Amino acid sequence: MDIKREDIVHLAELSNFSLPEKEIKSLQKDLQGIIKYISQLDELKVDDVEPTYQVFEMENVWREDEILPQEADREALLALTKEAKDNQIKVPKVL
Amino acid sequence: MKIANKKVTAERLVRDALEKAKHFEDYHIFTFLNEEGALKKAREIDKRIARGEKVGRLAGVPYALKDNFLSPEGETTASAHILQGFNSPVTATSVAKLEAEGAIMIGRTNLDAFAHGSSTENSYFGPTLNSHDKQRVAGGSSGGSAVAVALDIVEFATGTDTGGSVRQPASFNGIYGLKPTYGTISRYGVVAMASSTDCIGFFTKTPEDMDLLMSIASGQDPKDMTTLPDYYNTEASAESGDSRLAPSRPSSRGSGAHSAPVVAYGLESPNSCARVGIIKDFDNDSVHPEIRKALKNKVELLKSKGHEIVELEMPALKYGLAAYYILVPAELCSNLSRHDGVRYGFRSEKSKDLDALYENTRNEGFMPENKRRIMIGNFVLSSGFYDAYFLKAAKARTLIVKEYEKAFSKVDFILTPVSPNPAFKLGEKVDDPVAMYLEDVMSVSLNLAGVAGLAIPAGETKEGLPLGLQLVGPRRSDKRLIEFSKELI
Repeated sequence: MDIKREDIVHLAELSNFSLPEKEIKSLQKDLQGIIKYISQLDELKVDDVEPTYQVFEMENVWREDEILPQEADREALLALTKEAKDNQIKVPKVL
Repeated sequence: MKIANKKVTAERLVRDALEKAKHFEDYHIFTFLNEEGALKKAREIDKRIARGEKVGRLAGVPYALKDNFLSPEGETTASAHILQGFNSPVTATSVAKLEAEGAIMIGRTNLDAFAHGSSTENSYFGPTLNSHDKQRVAGGSSGGSAVAVALDIVEFATGTDTGGSVRQPASFNGIYGLKPTYGTISRYGVVAMASSTDCIGFFTKTPEDMDLLMSIASGQDPKDMTTLPDYYNTEASAESGDSRLAPSRPSSRGSGAHSAPVVAYGLESPNSCARVGIIKDFDNDSVHPEIRKALKNKVELLKSKGHEIVELEMPALKYGLAAYYILVPAELCSNLSRHDGVRYGFRSEKSKDLDALYENTRNEGFMPENKRRIMIGNFVLSSGFYDAYFLKAAKARTLIVKEYEKAFSKVDFILTPVSPNPAFKLGEKVDDPVAMYLEDVMSVSLNLAGVAGLAIPAGETKEGLPLGLQLVGPRRSDKRLIEFSKELI
């Protein structure tokens, strides 16, 4: 399939990237090549095959629903952000 | 490996490692050198040794940590701009286990940003150079770790392997690199890429060192619900009950005049012969002639030791790479959505509102290859393409899982190349993502199936470039795999 400029713009939106124009061009070329390669699965006949999403042998690993002491407390986590005030992370305006 | 004792102090071992790290500075191996912290820990261990106290199995052993493992020593950046400034308040379980045995981290190593790549050229800090040829790539994504061990700076290094990121750089630098069975080592505190294939692994100079590290790092972790109950340290005893090992087969071990008892290869029968599969589908012109020759040499070596070689056909593996480059981007685009500049790491300063902050931070903070993969992930998951790409790849994965199950009903191990070529030139593939992906064609299927793979050294090219092969074993065969690799020396 052909990857158009608007496809890249749409994927950038889904990915939360503000792409400059020259990156849109190079990504269009790169993604076209990658999608051509992965499209070789078209030739595979797998209608009656069940999908595999993970290969871990166990399921439903349970633990007690209890509050355990954590390695990092609120102070340590807030120290990682650029700006915090009253135990909250400060960001530019939302609306 | 050298372990600190009364004669050789931990401080001496650490000082030597730090000196070598500085000596090889131009290889761009480290993103952070832990001089102060490492020396402090070394002196503490030396004091304990002097007092006659018990010390760990890795007392004073200097090691290098791939920079996508979280610990409070140095920033954890994953070689990505977007994580710069991130000083982790938590420690990865694997790191805690190594350090509890006395291992000392002397530096964090370079990688392709977020482990996206096969050459370490996608690092925000620039590429790591190959240990044997500075014009060539280190391999990737764990390039810095591989070169740190190959240049003998450290005794071992950690890595992560989502599609070959331990095995391929190990083979490009002539050392051992293990991708364990999926779920063997806790991933708590390691920067996530693709959760259904990510594995923690190691680089070492010998199989013995690998075994020691595995016995320390493996096991179930309440902080990672996808860890298996410990099998590594109990495998020898559990194995005798494995009915799969029962079928009889002719043994060619010995002179042939008398037939040896027929026992499958296992830890309890170390002198038995193994059935080793080679994959016919990989024996063609797409593989570098010197790698094919290295494989032939090792096959002859195995035969001379009485092991049986079985030719396998595994046609589904040819779809492994396409399936991988659908499933892994799909998973990583979700995992990387957490990097938005709000809670930690880099934040773009010039944003007028919150949406712009996300978009600018992610645009400036990710490398081009990160962007490609995130966008491919969003493409294969979007409505209209989900069935044709993501679902189809998940079905192809089933075929690959079954193909390995079938193969391991016939053989104990499989011996294959790790990659189609030895280390390539810097810059050769960096602008051609598909050419770069093709380097992973023989390594990714193991991750899709969750089986174990050990890269082993297999000589050098005429130009002196290291060659590697990988020994593949079924799930939970890791200990046998490491043990059997000694037959290939």
